[in-house]
Amino acid sequence: MFVSKIKRLLTAVVGFVLLFSVGGASADYVLNLRQGVTPISHDAYDLHMFVFKICVSIAVVVFGAMFISILKHRKSKGAVPAQFHESTTVEIIWTVVPFLILIAMAIPATKALVVAEKPGQPDLEIKVTGYQWKWGYEYLGENVSFISALSTPTAQIYNKQPKGPNYLLEVDHPLVVPVHKRVRMMITAGDVIHSWWVPDLGMKKDAIPGYINEMWFNIEKEGTYRGQCAELCGKDHGFMPIVVIAKNEADYRKWLAEQKSKKAADSASADRDWSMDELKMRGKKVFASNCAACHQASGMGVPGVFPALKGSSVATGPKIAHINTVLHGRPGTAMSAFAKQLNDIDLAAVITYERNAWGNNTGDLVQPSEIKAAR
Amino acid sequence: MSSEANGGYYVPHGSVWPIIGAVGLFVMLHGFGDFLNGSDEGSTVMLAGFAILLFMVFGWFRTVINESEAGTYNMQVDKSFRWGMSWFIFSEVMFFAAFFGALWYARVLSVPWLGGGDPGTNELLWKGWEATWPTNGPGNVGGAFTLLDPWKIPALNTLLLLSSGVTITFAHWALKKGNRGALVLWMMATVILGATFLGFQIHEYGEAYSEHHNLTLGSGIYGSTFFMLTGFHGLHVTLGTIMLTVITLRCAKGHFTADRHFGFEAVAWYWHFVDVVWLGLFIFVYLL
Amino acid sequence: MSTATTHDAHHEEHPKGLLRWVFTTNHKDIGTLYLIFALTMFFIGGAMAMVIRAELFQPGLQFVNPQFFNSMTTMHALIMVFGAVMPAFVGLANWLIPMMIGAPDMALPRMNNWSFWILPFAGTMLIGTLFMQGGAPAGGWTMYPPLVLQTGNAFPFLIFSVHLLGISSIMGAINIIVTIMNMRAPGMTMMKMPLFVWTWLITAYLLIAVMPVLAGAVTMLLTDRFFGTSFFNAAGGGDPVLFQHIFWFFGHPEVYIMILPAFGIVSAIIPTFARKRLFGYSSMVYATASIAFLSFLVWAHHMFTVGMPLTGELFFMYATMLIAVPTGVKVFNWVATMWKGSMTFETPMLFSIAFVMLFTIGGFSGLMMSMAPVDFQYHDTYFIVAHFHYVLVPGAVFAIFAAVYYWLPKWTGNMYDEKLGKLHFWLSTIFVNVLFFPQHFLGLAGMPRRIPDYSTQFAGFNEISSIGGFAFGLTQLLFLYILIKTVRGGSKATDQVWEGAEGLEWTLSSPPPYHSFTVAPEVK
Ligand code: HEA
Ligand code: HEA
Ligand code: HEC
Ligand code: CUA
Ligand SMILES: [Cu+2]
Repeated sequence: MFVSKIKRLLTAVVGFVLLFSVGGASADYVLNLRQGVTPISHDAYDLHMFVFKICVSIAVVVFGAMFISILKHRKSKGAVPAQFHESTTVEIIWTVVPFLILIAMAIPATKALVVAEKPGQPDLEIKVTGYQWKWGYEYLGENVSFISALSTPTAQIYNKQPKGPNYLLEVDHPLVVPVHKRVRMMITAGDVIHSWWVPDLGMKKDAIPGYINEMWFNIEKEGTYRGQCAELCGKDHGFMPIVVIAKNEADYRKWLAEQKSKKAADSASADRDWSMDELKMRGKKVFASNCAACHQASGMGVPGVFPALKGSSVATGPKIAHINTVLHGRPGTAMSAFAKQLNDIDLAAVITYERNAWGNNTGDLVQPSEIKAAR
Repeated sequence: MSSEANGGYYVPHGSVWPIIGAVGLFVMLHGFGDFLNGSDEGSTVMLAGFAILLFMVFGWFRTVINESEAGTYNMQVDKSFRWGMSWFIFSEVMFFAAFFGALWYARVLSVPWLGGGDPGTNELLWKGWEATWPTNGPGNVGGAFTLLDPWKIPALNTLLLLSSGVTITFAHWALKKGNRGALVLWMMATVILGATFLGFQIHEYGEAYSEHHNLTLGSGIYGSTFFMLTGFHGLHVTLGTIMLTVITLRCAKGHFTADRHFGFEAVAWYWHFVDVVWLGLFIFVYLL
Repeated sequence: MSTATTHDAHHEEHPKGLLRWVFTTNHKDIGTLYLIFALTMFFIGGAMAMVIRAELFQPGLQFVNPQFFNSMTTMHALIMVFGAVMPAFVGLANWLIPMMIGAPDMALPRMNNWSFWILPFAGTMLIGTLFMQGGAPAGGWTMYPPLVLQTGNAFPFLIFSVHLLGISSIMGAINIIVTIMNMRAPGMTMMKMPLFVWTWLITAYLLIAVMPVLAGAVTMLLTDRFFGTSFFNAAGGGDPVLFQHIFWFFGHPEVYIMILPAFGIVSAIIPTFARKRLFGYSSMVYATASIAFLSFLVWAHHMFTVGMPLTGELFFMYATMLIAVPTGVKVFNWVATMWKGSMTFETPMLFSIAFVMLFTIGGFSGLMMSMAPVDFQYHDTYFIVAHFHYVLVPGAVFAIFAAVYYWLPKWTGNMYDEKLGKLHFWLSTIFVNVLFFPQHFLGLAGMPRRIPDYSTQFAGFNEISSIGGFAFGLTQLLFLYILIKTVRGGSKATDQVWEGAEGLEWTLSSPPPYHSFTVAPEVK
């Protein structure tokens, strides 16, 4: 009788689950860990499956015994309780056997861990800096650096537009690396702790302000790999994705050369005088991707958390105070120092924009050269 | 297990003091929070809360002392108090352990990493900075400072506290012998030693904060660990001295008997605990 | 009303009126207060979980802004951990320990009252932060700096409420230790104590060892923010990771604080309904002690990704894996107790069986995470959320449900409605799995935790999980109804209540007298 009850129950549960899987047909139902594209991620996947199988087997034995006794040793079936309640032999067995199983798990785990943490000669070093809420990448020794932030339009997030295929997992400037090279990431943060994680690369490492953490990967396949910041870092922690594009050596070289020439063009134009319109145009973009997360596109901030810049005494007062606030931030608050994140032109542009937007009609023009002098 | 376990165990029926204590704590911390947030009334509210708390402490202890003197506590109750006090002291030990742990971590791990033990960190972020101890970190937080000489006031203070441990033991022996005159004298000596320690400590803080030393709570990790450890210790000495004073008065009143004097012993344990923590401080903060 | 300074332990009169509850020193009154407080907090924390699940029902931002979402996650966890589960266990300890060991009351009754009455104030302070400028704390229940230092005006109140909760727990723990060590009836030797008493004794040791450490950690946060210290600031020579070490030195024992008393409850219930003595009593005691001991050596398994040296990672990995051994011993002993018993399946037993199974599933995922190289993938994903909800909800919370059903007839003198109890059980068990099982898949597929919005690939399982969440939440209204119904009346319970029940508490009347044992019982 109880058996039939259980059967009915199981059918109900399975039916219930099936119902949902059919009902939400548009969504994916990925069940398992990804195998990934690096040796470390394969190790992790294999270990995961290995331990999973062990756990399932133990579960079958333990729950099996429990269900047998639930089904057979019940009072309604006239079971009479046995009297045994102790056995040192049994206790020893079920202490030692799990211990041996654990050793069997610990050996491959140790091997995988040693590989994952093994220092080695890198082919390429990239310094990664987590900021609220974007990533800064610097190719060490190559003079290439850029900021990488979410590029999903706000309208999609607020359900005013249909969501794109890579909703929340797309950025303006992806990280580009060559395949079959050992890439060492030197990870740190500029404000709070973040964590750099791309599941397909099999590794995540926390970005700790003031310290460098190392991790490495060696991608086996060309492609685009997406991940996210994995440590709570404030309001937009959920909106701080990572995109890594793995290219073959030649394409990677080409990309690197492009970045360098862009950079050179930028630094050349930093010396000339810019017009108000040029700066405001550029400043609006810089503001949207760097400042609006806190101070809002409307310049109104979030009361009590992020101050409004509209009508702010800093944004409408002396230029130099404004420049210093943005360059050096306000230690101990969420307002971080932008001196290292943005170049002179961007800083000049965004400050000019702030001083002339939302009715802050100061008419002030801040030139890149002024930023350079204030640094 | 004592056989008189249940029949004679004193169970008080209802008490106002705990709720007053809870309200006092709440008001005090609420005021402190407001104060930290820059509100004007904060400090007043905090003091009011503190007053309530003091009122509670006096009231509660008065009740307990009266009950004790009326002979309501049997040996088993006495034992409960002993267990209670011991584990309370243990929890205090763990509180200090957190700060000692922080000191250890900074000295053995974080400072060496910043200073080059971890090549990436030093080269990319703090190039040119070398690990030393004491330090206020690669950011020179709080500005340059110089140390206090451990062989002056701190060594003297060590001596003071150690002797106070001895005097309180003499007091205990006197109590056990029923020699009240000696008991009170030794207790007074202990209180004076404790108070002198505090006086020196305050003087030393003054020195540290002076322009000459410029060693403050804000002097990077050294200042933080130094002042938090010695500061919390000082707070405990203050508390201990107050408790010792109360016990001295009670001794003078003839409150304790040669074989029943838990109140005395509790304070003596506490005092020894404070003593031991100081030894740890002297070694790990000042000497090493 | 003033303090009674007379020696009147033998009086049998019940004080009346509201103030009775404020001034009470009676272990049963205080136990009841704790349980009511815990239930209230469970509903408040649960309501916050419902906000979380509603926002996560679909991709995109619909109901709350991201900052508030983080506040909900943070407050949900703090309230559930410090407001619901821990006080519920202390409430059970208050009610049961004196009755189980044959004592008249707790050893330090006035302090007992204080431990409780600090709680509502601490809870008020914590919940009050929701209305402060800058919003409630939003840095996660783990309060990692530097993020937590960005909290608005709520910051000092977060710290102080943690201090208050800590003071309350420490005093509660001291009281429990003293009661157990000093108030046992003659003949009640340590190795005769019911396992609930044993597990609580060990839990109390954990509490006094780690709550002060948490207090120290948050004090350092306070001084870093307001008094210029540099504990967690690299520029001053400190390290944000230092906080994590101190926090988890508290935090890992903390999770066992939330499960050991549950082990004790289940070890009381299974033998009763199997009508067979608990298998391997002494090995259960040793296993509990080993778990507690090991819990001090594993904290950094929460920090495999912070960049520890390899040797550190190996040490914490091995130590963590070891915990499976004593925990396994417990699970096996429960199964062996059921084996060849004569079982019936009243509500407390049903919850206990579900506990054994679902806790084990949670333990297995814990074991998977203990392997550092795979934890690099699991860490900070929903796989972890699934893990700890399995050990906490069908673990700790189910054990509390089981305990309430088991002892409620003793406390009130009334039987609860068995039909409704079973209904509560089946709905809870089904929906808790619908709620949390899919979160394993989400985590493996790569969904990070603590995010208000997610990529569309995670939509399906989030939808299922949310529906399970709402249904599980609504089911708990049924629990409330059953409780109220039982307190107000019902068929009278016998003193023994359950056919197979053994222990001193069942020798007292139902409901028991105001002072449990005025004359010490003889234990043979
Ligand atoms: C009641 C609470 C509770 C309990 C009991 C546990 C039990 C365990 N936990 Fe869990 N854990 C939490 C609450 C709990 N945990 C919480 C709240 C977090 C997250 C905190 C946060 O970040 O917010 C967490 C996070 C957490 C992590 C960190 C993950 C990360 O952030 O990356 C890890 C990693 O090792 C871990 C491991 C374990 C292990 C190995 C056990 C073991 O004790 C489990 C042992 C049990 C079994 C293994 C099952 C029964 C055994 C057998 C049947 C024997 C045979 C088995 C074998 C030999 C395989 N837990
Ligand atoms: C003992 C502890 C405990 C308990 C009991 C619970 C119970 C629940 N938890 Fe909790 N949870 C934690 C401890 C706990 N949790 C911790 C430590 C975290 C980590 C926080 C962090 O990351 O910092 C967390 C985080 C957490 C998350 C992840 C949030 C994030 O990462 O952003 C989620 C998401 O689903 C969640 C959901 C739930 C749900 C649905 C329940 C349910 O079981 C709750 C059911 C109860 C009720 C619902 C209340 C009763 C009913 C009513 C009030 C009636 C009204 C009902 C309706 C309107 C339907 N929890
Ligand atoms: C992570 C959140 C965050 C981001 C991103 C951010 N700010 Fe701020 N900003 C703050 C906070 C918080 C303050 C208030 C600091 C304080 O309390 O002194 C602030 C203050 C300011 C002020 C001073 C306002 C006043 O009235 O005091 C200016 C100007 C400013 N920010 C400009 C910028 C610019 C320009 C950018 C982008 C390049 C930017 N901010 C990005 C959080 C942020
Ligand atoms: Cu950056 Cu989360
Ligand atoms: Cu843990």
